[in-house]
Amino acid sequence: MLLIDCPHCGPRNESEFHYGDQAHIARPENSESMSDQEWAEYVYLRENPKGLFRERWVHSAGCGRWFNAVRDTVSSRIVATYKQGEEAPISAEEEGGLL
Amino acid sequence: MRYSAFSLLRNTLSHHKNWPQLWGSPDPQPEYDVIIIGGGGHGLATAYYLASQHGINNVAVLEKAWIGGGNTGRNTTIVRSNYLWDESAKLYETALKLWENLSQELNYNVMFSQRGVMNLCHNVHDVRETKRRVNANRLNGIDSEFLDAQQVKEFCPAIDLRGGGRYPVMGASLQRRGGTARHDAVAWGYARGAAKRGVHIIQNCPVTGFDIEGGAIKGVQTAKGPIKAKRVGMVVAGHSSVLANMAGFKLPLHCRPLQALVSEPVKPAIDCVVMSNAVHAYISQSDKGELVIGAGTDAYCSYGQRGSMHNTEGTLAAICEMFPQFRRMKMLRAWGGIVDTCPDASPIIGKTPVEGLYINCGWGTGGFKATPGSGWVFADTIANERPHALAEPFALSRFSSGYLIGEHGAAGVAH
Ligand SMILES: Cc1cc2nc3c(=O)[nH]c(=O)nc-3n(C[C@H](O)[C@H](O)[C@H](O)COP(=O)(O)OP(=O)(O)OC[C@H]3O[C@@H](n4cnc5c(N)ncnc54)[C@H](O)[C@@H]3O)c2cc1C
Ligand SMILES: [Zn+2]
Repeated sequence: MLLIDCPHCGPRNESEFHYGDQAHIARPENSESMSDQEWAEYVYLRENPKGLFRERWVHSAGCGRWFNAVRDTVSSRIVATYKQGEEAPISAEEEGGLL
Repeated sequence: MRYSAFSLLRNTLSHHKNWPQLWGSPDPQPEYDVIIIGGGGHGLATAYYLASQHGINNVAVLEKAWIGGGNTGRNTTIVRSNYLWDESAKLYETALKLWENLSQELNYNVMFSQRGVMNLCHNVHDVRETKRRVNANRLNGIDSEFLDAQQVKEFCPAIDLRGGGRYPVMGASLQRRGGTARHDAVAWGYARGAAKRGVHIIQNCPVTGFDIEGGAIKGVQTAKGPIKAKRVGMVVAGHSSVLANMAGFKLPLHCRPLQALVSEPVKPAIDCVVMSNAVHAYISQSDKGELVIGAGTDAYCSYGQRGSMHNTEGTLAAICEMFPQFRRMKMLRAWGGIVDTCPDASPIIGKTPVEGLYINCGWGTGGFKATPGSGWVFADTIANERPHALAEPFALSRFSSGYLIGEHGAAGVAH
């Protein structure tokens, strides 16, 4: 079980959280003019990286708030958690890399 | 050498010292007609059918580690075809028909045992969903029946219908032609058959990059140097996103750890497969006597081939409610595999944005049962450079066309 440091409540058991997958996916602003392929990219296509990953969690059995984490998908070590709207500690290019 | 009673006798006389190697360890050639990346059951079956059905023998299977060491050697070996939608029913039923003759076809005992697969219902909604699926199966010519609680008990006397009060059993679907098979034997049997027809099986040879010119595949980079091929099939299950990334495109996949565990061996106690979607638990007994138990996936993306303890705890708690007599059993081993799940719980088979590069992935938690069918349609797809009719609905393009094949009821939890 992971120990996840909620930026609002502090470290809690993973069983208090739900997973939200890839973070920092912005809803497109020109949705009316998007092609089917662009919609597929927004809705379905994901990084799914082996290595560092910027992902979302929600503290559903605690404060109920969504936040982001950077986690290594091989070791499952959580490198950082940060509030929504805050800058990610790694860039999109560093995703999939190793520590 | 053909395996037979006679060959067994002859090798007994020489104290089993002269059995031939099943497949060799050739050095990679500079070029092949087709390269298959990934030596799991699906990749090996593809190579086998390329050679046996399509006369394409100049083929290499490149495996990162040892063949069958991925999900093929980690799964709970449940085989069935009772999927909801027509597209899936046809594909999985094609596979099941191939299973029924596989040991003869390969001259290798894959220990396919049609002992029957039951999917339990624990509430009224489960009952309705299950009846709907049973009816859909029957319309597709797949053997499938609905059992009421009493019939469940008759089919599997070990089960406690009260489910400890928490998981009462209200009925089940039953596919009598479903069952289990020996996972390693499937990989080895296909490897032997392919190698006999000239296919090179190259182990310890991870693919590290693709050579792509003008949008078309020219070859791959590997730990054993570059290898050329104008047609490449990528069948790497849990590593599909990683390889797609190397080739410059993205997939709609999520990789998660899925766990299984086996108990100490005991006398025969349960002679069918029992699965329960609602409680994320399924169980059968191996020929060695071990209870083979499958757990759920972890919630998060992961490439670590292990899952978390609280998942197996939940599964075992449910098993103990349904089979109280197993409470004092000791578990011997637990392990995890990385399953590549698609948003619609169906696989991806066919072309990629790179010309000549074909993909077969997304089988997620339930692709073992499809191994022969997957190899069959994928070999045909690569040989003829167009999707096999049964594979066509499973193209990557369904995520932009919107034609998803939602199989969460049949495959989301059950495997
Ligand atoms: C615990 C568990 C239980 C399961 N239970 C069932 C079940 O009961 N019934 C069922 O139908 N399915 C089940 N499944 C799913 C099933 O195991 C898979 O869908 C199926 O085995 C996939 O086969 P494959 O040949 O595509 O993949 P794999 O056997 O994983 O083969 C892929 C191969 O690609 C290799 N590879 C990866 N990267 C590279 C690279 N860069 N270069 C070269 N090679 C590479 C890997 O080493 C691996 O050997 C289960 C899975 C797990 C983990
Ligand atoms: Zn919180």
